[in-house]
Order: sequence, then C-alpha cells, then structure tokens
Amino acid sequence: MELLVASAVGAMTAAGLYLVLRARTFPVIVGVAMLSYAVNVFLFASGRLAIDLPPVISDTATGYSDPLPQALVLTAIVISFGMTAVIVVLALRAYLESGTDAIDTPAGESESGQPPSIAPTAASARKSDQTEGGQ
Amino acid sequence: MALTLIVLLPFLGALLPGLMIRAGRNSCALATGSVTLAALVLLLAQAPAVFSGEVIHARAEWLPSLGLNANFFLDGLGFLFAGLILGIGLLIIIYARFYLSKKDPMGQFYSYLLLFQGAMVGIVLCDNILLLLIFWELTSLSSFLLIGYWKHLPEGRQGARMALTVTGMGGLAMIAGMLILGEIVGSYDLSVILENKELIQSSDWYVPALLLILAGCFTKSAQFPFHFWLPHAMAAPTPVSAYLHSATMVKAGIFLMARLWPVLAGTDWWFYIVASTGLFTMVMAAWIALFKDDLKGLLAFSTVSHLALVTFLFGLGTPMAAVAGVFHIINHAAFKAALFMSAGIIDHETGTRDIKKLGGLMTLMPITMTIATLGALSMAGVPLLNGFLTKEMMLHEALQTDYAGIPGILGLLAVIGAIFSVAYSFRYIAHVFLGAPRNDYPQTPHDPPFGLYLPPLVLMIPVVLIGLFPAAIAGPLVATAAGAVIGGPLPDYHLAIWHGFNLTLVASLVALAAGAALLWHHVRANDFRLSFRRPEAKAMFESVLDTAAGAARLVTDGLHNGSMRRYVDVMIGAVFLAGVTAFFATSHGPGSRALTPVPPITLLGWAVLIGACVSIVLLHRQRLLTLVIVGVIGVLVSLSFIYLSAPDLALTQISVEVVTVMLLLLALNFLPKETPKESGSLRRGRDGLLASLGGLGVGMLIYAVMTRDFTTISDFHLAQSKPGGGGTNVVNVILVDFRGFDTFGEIIVLGIAALSIFALLDGALKGPAIKRLQSWVPDQERSRDRHPMMLVVATRVMLPLSLLVGVYIFLRGHNDPGGGFIAGLVVAIAFLMQYMASGFGWAEQRMKIDYHLMIGIGVLAAGFTGVGAWIAGRPFLTSDFTYVTLPIFGKFEVATAMAFDVGVFLTVVGSVMMALASLSRLARVTEAPVNSEPMDVDPTQASSNTNRGTS
Repeated sequence: MELLVASAVGAMTAAGLYLVLRARTFPVIVGVAMLSYAVNVFLFASGRLAIDLPPVISDTATGYSDPLPQALVLTAIVISFGMTAVIVVLALRAYLESGTDAIDTPAGESESGQPPSIAPTAASARKSDQTEGGQ
Repeated sequence: MALTLIVLLPFLGALLPGLMIRAGRNSCALATGSVTLAALVLLLAQAPAVFSGEVIHARAEWLPSLGLNANFFLDGLGFLFAGLILGIGLLIIIYARFYLSKKDPMGQFYSYLLLFQGAMVGIVLCDNILLLLIFWELTSLSSFLLIGYWKHLPEGRQGARMALTVTGMGGLAMIAGMLILGEIVGSYDLSVILENKELIQSSDWYVPALLLILAGCFTKSAQFPFHFWLPHAMAAPTPVSAYLHSATMVKAGIFLMARLWPVLAGTDWWFYIVASTGLFTMVMAAWIALFKDDLKGLLAFSTVSHLALVTFLFGLGTPMAAVAGVFHIINHAAFKAALFMSAGIIDHETGTRDIKKLGGLMTLMPITMTIATLGALSMAGVPLLNGFLTKEMMLHEALQTDYAGIPGILGLLAVIGAIFSVAYSFRYIAHVFLGAPRNDYPQTPHDPPFGLYLPPLVLMIPVVLIGLFPAAIAGPLVATAAGAVIGGPLPDYHLAIWHGFNLTLVASLVALAAGAALLWHHVRANDFRLSFRRPEAKAMFESVLDTAAGAARLVTDGLHNGSMRRYVDVMIGAVFLAGVTAFFATSHGPGSRALTPVPPITLLGWAVLIGACVSIVLLHRQRLLTLVIVGVIGVLVSLSFIYLSAPDLALTQISVEVVTVMLLLLALNFLPKETPKESGSLRRGRDGLLASLGGLGVGMLIYAVMTRDFTTISDFHLAQSKPGGGGTNVVNVILVDFRGFDTFGEIIVLGIAALSIFALLDGALKGPAIKRLQSWVPDQERSRDRHPMMLVVATRVMLPLSLLVGVYIFLRGHNDPGGGFIAGLVVAIAFLMQYMASGFGWAEQRMKIDYHLMIGIGVLAAGFTGVGAWIAGRPFLTSDFTYVTLPIFGKFEVATAMAFDVGVFLTVVGSVMMALASLSRLARVTEAPVNSEPMDVDPTQASSNTNRGTS
C-alpha cells in the first residue's frame, strides 16, 4: 500500500509540475491544484498509513490513526481551495484586461492580440439572432 | 517621566493641527503653539537641576532583549538643544501662521512640523543609541515631508527627495557605525558608552565606527562632499528653512559630534577628518554664498559654512575649541533663524528674493531692515553682537593649532573663510537695503504685519544681549552645555568682548576690512569666479543616481525578464537541487516498518489515478476535459482518505472538489476553451524531465517516510480529546480546540481570499475588461433549454434535504466526522445547485444575504468565542463544555467550541457564495438573458411553445 501511495504522490507531483510549467494560465492553475493534491496526500501520509482506525474515540476501537496530520491537511484542503479560487479569478481578470491568457510578458510589448471571441460583427449578429428567438 | 513626556508631547500633539484646522487657522496655530509651549515649559522646569550639574534620567524597558530601551537623559547639552528646538520652534509656529497663504493646507504643515520637532527632541534627549537611530530616521522622513510641503513645485519635490536620499544614506551608514560602537562597549546606552573612551579608541573597530558615524553626521549637517542637498532644500516654505537650517535638522549632525565628542575625539583620525572637512567646507561654502543671488541660497550656503565652522571647532579636539563650538551653536541658531525669517518677509512683501531685483528697501521696510541688518552684522562677526564672540574664539583656536606640523595654515584658511563670510553678510545688507529705492519691485514693499516680524525680533534680543554681556547672559548655559560635551573639567576661559589687543583681534579686523573690500569688488570677483569651470552638484548627484538606478535596472531586467515560466523553472530547479544535495549528503533507502496490505480494489483505484495523471498531461489542452480529469483525481483522493482512516478529510475533499470544479467551470466560461500548442518538443521534453525527476524525488521521499517508525505527539490529543475538549472526533477537536488559533487564522484567510475575488471581479466592471465583456460572444454552442425542468425540480426537492444534511453534519461534527468546514461546504453546494438550475437572476432575487456581512459575522463569532475565554480568566480560545439534560432530547453536550464552529461555518458559506456571486456579476454584463422565472419553459402554459427567457 505504501508503494501505491508513494507512486501516486509522485505521479500527481510530476503531472502538477509539468502543468505548472505551461505557458497559459489555465494549465498552470490546474497544475497548482494537482500539486495541492500531492502535497495534501504527502502530509497526510507522513502520519503513516492505517486502515480502519479512524481517529474517533470509542470503546470498541483497537487503535487510532494519527489525528494531527489529518487536522493539518483538513485546513490545507480548505486553504488550497481558497488559493485556487483566487488565482483562477486573477487569471480571469488578467485575461479580460489584456485579452491574452499567456503568463509570460511578451518581450517588448505588454499586449498581444485580441481574444478570438471578440469580433464585433459576430456580436451584432448574435444580438439579432437573439431578438428573433425571443419573439 | 517629565523627560519622556517632553519627547512624546510633539508626537501626540501632531494629531491636533489636523483636527483644529476645522476650527480655523488661528485655532490651529494656537493648538500647535500650545503643544510646543507645554513641552518647553516642562523642559524649563528642569533648568535648576540641569544648571546645578545634575543629569536627569528617565528609563523604560522597551525591547530589552535587543538592548533597545526607551531611556532618556537630560544634561547640559541636551537641555541646550531641546531649548533651541522648542524655543525656535515656537517662534516658527507663530511666523508660519502669518507666512502661509490661505491656499496652503496649514493643518498638514503643523502636523509635519510637530512630528519633526518630536523626532529632533527625541534625538537630543535619548539615552540609547538604537532609539537615537529611530529618531534620526524620523527626522529624515519628517523633514522630507516638510521640504516637499509645496507639492506642486517640482523644485520642492526634487529638493525633498535629494535631502531624503542624502540624509537617509548617511543614516544607514550611521546605523552600522552605532551598532559597531554598541558592540565595542557592550551596551547601547549612551551614558554607558560615554564612559568608555579608552575601550573605544583602543578597539580595532574604532576607525570603521568613526567613519560610519561621521558619514551620518556629515550628510545631516551638509558637510563637503554632502553639502549640496541643503541649498536645494531651500525650495521649502521659509518657516521650514528657518527651522530646519538654523536650530534643528542640520544641527543634528553637529549635536551627535558634540554628544560623542568625549569618546570619539582626540585622535589623529578625528582631527584630520573632522577639522579638515570642517575648514574646507567653511571656506568653500562661504565663497559660493558670496555669489548667490537668491537670498535663501545665500543663507543656505552661509549655513553650510557656519555648520562647518562648528564642525571644525569640534574637530580640533581641544576642550577650549569645544566650548567655542557650543557657544557658536547658540549664536548661529539665533541670528540664522532671524535672517531666514527676514528673507521670508522680503520674499513675502516684495514678491522676489532675487538680490539683483532688490535694493533700496531701507526706507520702505525699516523694521525688517533693522532686524536683518543686526542679524547680518552678527553673522559677519561685528563687535558688540554675539557672532563676533565666537568668530574670535574660532580664529584664536585656529591660529594656535598646527596642521600636520605646519603652524599658521589653519589660521590663514580660517581668516580667508572669515573674509568671505564678512563679504556675503555685508552683501545681504548692502545689496538688499542700501541704495536708492527702485520702482520695479514685483510688489510694493512695506513692512509686514506684526506676527511676521515678531519672531525674528524676539531672536534679536539674545543676539544683542549676548553680544554686549556674554558672560552674564550666555555664560551659565555655555558652561553647562560645554561641560556635558567635554565630560570633564572645563578649560579656563572667560567670555568677554575685549581680550586685549592680540593677533586674534588683528585677524578679525583684517577679515572685516578685507570682506568689505571684497564686496566692493563683487562684480570683478564674480567674473573671476565665472572664469573657472564649476562642478554642478545637482547634475553630479543625478548622474550618480541615474547610474545606480541603471545598474539596478540592469540586474532586475536580467533576472526578472517577465517570463514566469523562467521563474518557475528556477524555483523547481532550485528545490530539486536542494533535494539532490540532501539525498547524497546522508544515508537513504526504504525503512523497515511493516507494510500495509494491498487489496485488489485499491490496486484498481491506483491504476485509475495514475491513468488520470498521465491523461491530464496528455490532454491538458482541452480544458473542459482537463476539469473532468481533475474531478476524477479528486474523487480518488477522497476515496483513499476514506480507506486510510480519514473520514473527515474524505468529506472535506469531496465537497471542496465539487465547489472547486464549479468555480473553475464558471471561470472557464470566459476563458479560451483550448490551450494553443506553443512549446517546442525540446521545451516539452525538458519540462517533462524536470517534472518526472521532481515527482520521483517526492515519491521516494514519502516512501522513505512511510516505511519508518516514528513517535507522535498525537497521543496527547487522543487522550485529551474527550476529557479536555469534550468531543470524540479528535480531528474536529484539534481544529476547534487544541489548534483553534490556527483555524481562526485560516477562516480569516478564507474570508480575505473571498474579498480579493470580489475586489478583482468588481474591478473588472470597468476599463478594458468591461468592454470585452459587453461584446462577449460565447465561443460554444449554448443550450436552448438553459434551465431544464428536471434539474430545477430535483434541486428544489434537494434543497431542504441538503440543508438538513448540512445541519446534521455540523451538529455531529464534534463527536463524529463532520464539522463547520464540511457543513459550510455542503450548504454552499446546496445553494450553488439552485443557481445552476434556475440561473443567477432568479436565485439572486431570493438570496437576500449580504455575503460580506456573513464573512464578517463568521470571523467575529469565532473571535468572540475566543475572547469569551478571557472573561473566564483563561487564555484566548480556551474551550469549555457542559452537559445539559432536556426533557425530551435527553442529555446532550453544549460546548463553546460549537459557537466557534458556527463562525467557521458562516465564513465558509459566505466565502464560497461570494466567489460565485462575483462571477455571476460578470456573466450579467455579457448580455446573456437574465431570467426571472425559475425555468425557461413554464409547464403551466404547456400549450404555447414560447421561450420565456427575457433579455
């Protein structure tokens, strides 16, 4: 079981690192999320693996898994959610402001082209479609 | 205690002007003046003790571990300086009331002035060199505000920046010097340092400490080569110049030289550095002052010259010279403040301070003329005025001292300096007031209102009285202050006008005559000066700054080129190298702990997880698919948590998973759905290699950890959970009780994250972002039935159930898996479902909750629960519980931790909903139809096929 967990952590880390090294915001965010999984499981596993020994006090339990890493990881999961939410919104705002979701500043200029979806002709075309559909 | 109060009064009083300005300019000035007056009275109350030779101490521990204590002491030197700062400060406050125009924000001015005053008083009274450094920096900062007070003038801003740069750099050097000094002595208390002359001067670190401290003093007191900032600081309003450059700011460097004189002076290093710098600066600045056409420029360079005179005297290192130095500090403060104020009056009344445009003001402004003439004559060193006395003493000391074995050279240079000094002082009189009245003044000149000439007039009293009766008026003060500087017996001297006909008197008379002659040939002398190339200090300063900024930019641009991928490469590479180093530095290999068995089902889960990791790398360009795979991985992680005895984690992970994927989906709505293929195969190969090595390292590390035995501190938590925390779910008890402070911090972070999201998306509603949103076209086919009936009905039915589940999970949390976090997420998901089913418009009309408020209440609820423990006399967040028996429900537990968990719950719900609501506001402006009906198709009107979506 230890080998499985370790290799899973390794695989998630590797996937996360690879995605973090991509050039667009969205893969980077997903990469950070992957790294969060890896780190959370890593921390959790540092309390060693235990099966059927939940840290809930009862008279019938034969033992307990280590509750401390669990409490830490619970906090970490919620914090990583907060972080993911902030960076995805940051990426969204950056995209809306600059029209690109590339994470590197292009050499010499700050703005590259417009996002493909904002063509004024298409917008007006859609508007007319909608009014027709609404009536 | 009184001492501490003297220092604190100006700081506390700095709040007053800003408030009092609402009651008018007079009240504002009055309030400011009262603060300074109160401090001055407190100081004068100490006079009897100080004059009897007593040293008054006030001690308070601040950070004893650093040797930083709020210790103050008052001896003669401190008394002299504090008196000058507060006394002249009071006059400046009166003067500024009449000087500042109605357009100038007077409250700001007085606030800055009091801040500055407090910092100065702090420097001269503190008994701890670390504290002194703090006040020192405060003077740099507050003088920056004062010099740049007229923000609309570029000269003001540049001058302020230059002053801050130069004095700030000196301050940094001085910090190093002071720390060395403190290390040599082993104490940062000034009164201890002052008693260790031998220890300091015999130390190897004496010279570095001396050089660094002098760098601080010379920059502050505008000594060559740092003199150039002072004339540029003249862009400040005249009250500021009068204050900073007569009694305070520039005297701080002088003060420190005087303060540390007993332990630093008397060596060759001190003599050659300080005396040479002083003498050279004195002559050079006096020469420049002679040709300044700007009245304040003339006074600025004369100030540099006179500061240099004092520096020179201290540099000589003899007790007699130190007495003269102290005496000149008093004299210079009096006449220079008055001269600056009279320059301000001339500027105020004639509209110019250009000497070339002035002249003949004698009959037009007789009062001003009287004041300025007395001041200037004193500055020139004319007998019967106070300036004469110290100029005599200075010449006497200079003539007596040999320089590098050559007698007379110091005296000769001092006489030359005195000649220039006489010439520019006479020029201030002759070229401004004498001559025929002109008819081309920018304004019609006349004497100013009483309030403007009162302060300089008051200053003329000591100028004349000290000049006439030096021993009677200034004798005790000079003796007390000089005694404090010397730190030993005073030399045998007497302050008098007439010392008999001697070499000094001859030198003095020669200087007066030659100075007058030089002024007579002013034009020719100026032509002579102009025939040389003169270094332009400002240009040099700016080129140095530009070079430094250029070098900094080069380094920054080289390292920080805007490519985040590069930074991430560097970070990952660095961590990897650290790991490799650690790997080979110690033994490694798997441990011997017994492995847990692998049932086939876990093998299947593992295979799916690995497959998901591989596919997310391969398929990451299709973003929607990526999200699906992320969901798969999240579910598998949750499952492994369940399997590995962590039910709380599993519950949290699965609910966070749902919320995360929802938010990512919402955001993806506005982002491109595919990632373009940009990286070449080389780049991808390199990234892949780096990622694989990283993954391999982390995997091996955790494997090595898991296969070793360990001792845990969790036994305490397991044992105390029930008796101490009142709950059987140890993880929850740790969160809300043992480590409650962590959780408290965490919900605050979560709240801040939600507020940041709100701010980020709120800001997107203007600027280029809103334009993009308004012309938004979905890049994908949209469903015609955006709010399908089945989904609407199902979520409606599920809402009360989900809420019930939320409440249930919340309530059982203390004893069974669950708790505030998970319950909050479950409830948030239940609401999110309504938004998804019926759209933002419909749901928003029904959710009348202010999420900002909800987050705030949540954090406060948790905080107040923690504070509640204080009432019971226990530390923050100590929980308590009791058992209550109710008739029907039976015995159950009530814990304060429950209230804390409510706070957690509210914050989580508020944060998640806030993120969603912020995203939904963006969706609104994309002109997507805003629905007010629960579904697009109304089943009660089945006959018509109309789409009821309204735009």
